[in-house]
Amino acid sequence: MERPAASPSSDERPRRRASGDRVRTAVLRPEFGVLLAAVVLYVFFAAVAGGKGFLTQDATAGWLGSAAEIGIVALGASCLLIAGEFDLSIGSMVGAGSAVMGIGVGHYGLSIWVCVAIAALLAIAVGLTNAFLTLRTGLPSFIVTLAMMLAVVGASLGMGRLLTGTTNLTVPSDGVAHVVFGGSFGALSSTVFWWFGLGALIAWMLRRTVFGNWTYAVGGDIDAATTNGVPVARVKASLFVLSSLCATLVGVLQTVQFSSGDATRGADFVFSAVAAAVIGGVLLSGGYGTVTGIMIGGLTYGIVNIGVFYTGWSTDWTSLFLGALVLLAVLANDYFRKLALAAGKK
Amino acid sequence: MTTVPKLEMRHISKTFPGVRALEDISLSAYAGETLCLLGDNGAGKSTLIKTMSGVHTPSSGEILIDGEVVRFDGPHAARTAGLSTVHQYGGTVPLMSVARNFFLGAEPKKGVVPFRRFDERTANTIAVRELQAMGIRRVTDGRQLAGTLSGGERQALSIARAMHFGAQVLILDEPTSALGVKESSETLKLIMRAKDRGVAVVFITHNAQHALAVGDRFVVLIQGRVAASFTRGEKTKSELLNLMAGGEEFEDMEEEIEAMRRAKEVARHA
Repeated sequence: MERPAASPSSDERPRRRASGDRVRTAVLRPEFGVLLAAVVLYVFFAAVAGGKGFLTQDATAGWLGSAAEIGIVALGASCLLIAGEFDLSIGSMVGAGSAVMGIGVGHYGLSIWVCVAIAALLAIAVGLTNAFLTLRTGLPSFIVTLAMMLAVVGASLGMGRLLTGTTNLTVPSDGVAHVVFGGSFGALSSTVFWWFGLGALIAWMLRRTVFGNWTYAVGGDIDAATTNGVPVARVKASLFVLSSLCATLVGVLQTVQFSSGDATRGADFVFSAVAAAVIGGVLLSGGYGTVTGIMIGGLTYGIVNIGVFYTGWSTDWTSLFLGALVLLAVLANDYFRKLALAAGKK
Repeated sequence: MTTVPKLEMRHISKTFPGVRALEDISLSAYAGETLCLLGDNGAGKSTLIKTMSGVHTPSSGEILIDGEVVRFDGPHAARTAGLSTVHQYGGTVPLMSVARNFFLGAEPKKGVVPFRRFDERTANTIAVRELQAMGIRRVTDGRQLAGTLSGGERQALSIARAMHFGAQVLILDEPTSALGVKESSETLKLIMRAKDRGVAVVFITHNAQHALAVGDRFVVLIQGRVAASFTRGEKTKSELLNLMAGGEEFEDMEEEIEAMRRAKEVARHA
């Protein structure tokens, strides 16, 4: 792409930025591609399924809810991807979170808050175990967390059956706990608010804190990070825990919202969350990704998920759509990243 | 000129099980000067740098800084003592900004504890100022991605960073060997600027021309020993090349190649 070379005598450059410059900067942001995809898809489904209810408040709340669930899992998993590690155990942690709530609240009658705390402790333990095994053995996290996924699925089902005789329990909730984890505000479920809240928090962490700087450095060039004194193991361990916590939170939210704890829940998230991350511009090889991108990636996924349903077509097609989308996204991301890197070159 | 060397190695030897990697190495690097460490592949240059920068501890011998004997129990200790190593590719993260790279691992912070954060504005200002001081005028915004810099500019970033954080001895490990001709000369200029600012530069290279361009003192390593040690103007380029290749061996090799060529000629005419 032809670009005007930066003027060699920079002091002669006017301070005012031409509007063309600003447009170019916006286009060069890697989120631009995914935003474009989200808008195009929304317009597409509005045109095809608008008359069949896609534009109603319920449908909007529907795709936002779907986006939020995938989005929360994707936020945690993406931070870890940025740091250069995979977490395949996220899907099973959604189920484990739900199982803890089912067993604790549904069977033993514990308070929701206590069970949320137990689920969080479990998530921290699993995250730390993933980190410990990956960092100590030097095995790829892909394999370590694959094993963890299988183990957690087995343990969730087994414990449920052992303690309660079933893997699916009714989880009653009321009061503040119900509002916080399973409430709805108008048509919007509390999950959507959790998603935005977490998104803001993680965006702040990645962009504004020193820990965020380290996260990008660890995934971008681990040798450079190590030689500059970044505590690589601590950064990765914290992010394994974050990934696990986010997935478990979705399990908790779903359980309270649907009043049912089910250990088999969430297996799909391992695909959908990673797909949302990739659509959102996160580099699978690490070192790159933004919260804005990840959140729009989640939105895109939600729009397609619910959009196909409203068209009246068989939802079998959803997956085909998403597959094509992931592929396009990867190609587009690659292209935009190259543009961004070329922008400063002479 | 100070008479006490900034960094001195006295009779350093390093043995690994079954291998004697370094034997009786003595050298001195002075503030405001460039010491060139020359040698072919396998001559022991990297073992020497690693010993110098605290990665290896010497099997025998002493390391002195400002005339005082020091013992490094790790690279961190060496860095604290003012020794900074810049590796071939500069150790930068391409998809991070220049300023974020500059301050990686030593970020300026602002705000109170739960809201304590990276002070990006300060980082940008300082990084740009330090890069400009190293002659990299093209970088005017600290938010520019490091991946958009040339190889030479990335070296400059690492050198500027090391100097900003108080490096007094700058160890440059083959900084020019991955670079093109033009970028190499940029890096050589950086070496001149660094020593003008009073840093003792240790420049490791196998390029005699690059060494002669910027060096004040020269140490040639062959098979873990100091084969020659001399100051600027004492040797010509061809003398230096012969030294590096092992003197007579180099001439022997020329003869051997000539013999092979002749044998081939004979075979073709037969």
